[in-house]
Amino acid sequence: MKAKFLIPLLIFIILVAFLAIGLNRDPHEVPSPLINKAAPAFDIAQLEQPNKNFSPVSMKGQVWILNVWASWCVACREEHPVLVELAKSQIAPVIGLDYKDKREDALAMLARQGNPYALSAFDGNGRVGIDYGVYGVPETYIIDKAGIIRFKHIGPITTELLNHKIYPLVSELKKS
Amino acid sequence: MKSLFWILLTCVCLNTSFAKDAAPLADDPVVEQRLISISEEMRCLVCQNESLAGSRSDLANDLRREIRILIQEGKSDDQIRTFMVERYGDFVLYRPPVKPITWLLWIGPFVILVIGIAVLLRYLRRRNQNMPSTTLSEADNRKIDALLNQEKRDGLND
Repeated sequence: MKAKFLIPLLIFIILVAFLAIGLNRDPHEVPSPLINKAAPAFDIAQLEQPNKNFSPVSMKGQVWILNVWASWCVACREEHPVLVELAKSQIAPVIGLDYKDKREDALAMLARQGNPYALSAFDGNGRVGIDYGVYGVPETYIIDKAGIIRFKHIGPITTELLNHKIYPLVSELKKS
Repeated sequence: MKSLFWILLTCVCLNTSFAKDAAPLADDPVVEQRLISISEEMRCLVCQNESLAGSRSDLANDLRREIRILIQEGKSDDQIRTFMVERYGDFVLYRPPVKPITWLLWIGPFVILVIGIAVLLRYLRRRNQNMPSTTLSEADNRKIDALLNQEKRDGLND
């Protein structure tokens, strides 16, 4: 009975908690339904060697990183040095998916900024991007030995993310 | 993050620029009608407060093209919805499906309504009980009678 006056305060605190959580979440970070699902199959031409194809099937048995990028994407340029760093660590092969791009623009960007990718697949019409639920380039996926997507990041990856999430996760997946 | 900002900005700009041609319609108006009815119920992921039918973002264009292909392949509306949800999650649907994680969303308002009614009923019942029921003493009754009688007399005198 005595604590009755606390009830409105309690309701208020709950409300504030909900609003605080809601306001601090990025509405663009839509949880991907693809986590813990098999990486969608595709078989498309490579960027550098258009006469050769790339398919995720060829990566079976190793942990790899798929990075969706494009030359027109400003954030990808920002992310690029971090990717170069990731590639240098040689922790896992980084495969690029050049999304809705022009071949010559993409090649020019790689020539200018360095090429962190073991190879890039060329998804000119964005069809593969749709299968991967891509909606905000750059996006990064970590795929395990069995071809299951274990992690997805939307937006540029940072050194912090590399150290705190990507490296530990890749090492862990490599052990299993 | 920045790319998203630019994409968003282009969405906004494209919306107000009427110089751009309308997206080409499929030859078959029946297909187009179905495309519109399906995509009106879906969120454009780039411009999140626009429907897939109304958005002019590049991704929305691609997804409409994809849905058109699925319609032409003879897929049902449900199959097309599943296709989208498998890729982009329940978030693309403007009507979230009823499942354990969305129970609170669907039932929540009714739960709050029931709680509200219960609290109101309790309050009203308690208020009725707390109403002071005063009993009149003999002296009070006499006073009332006297006043009433006086009024009657006054009335007759008028």
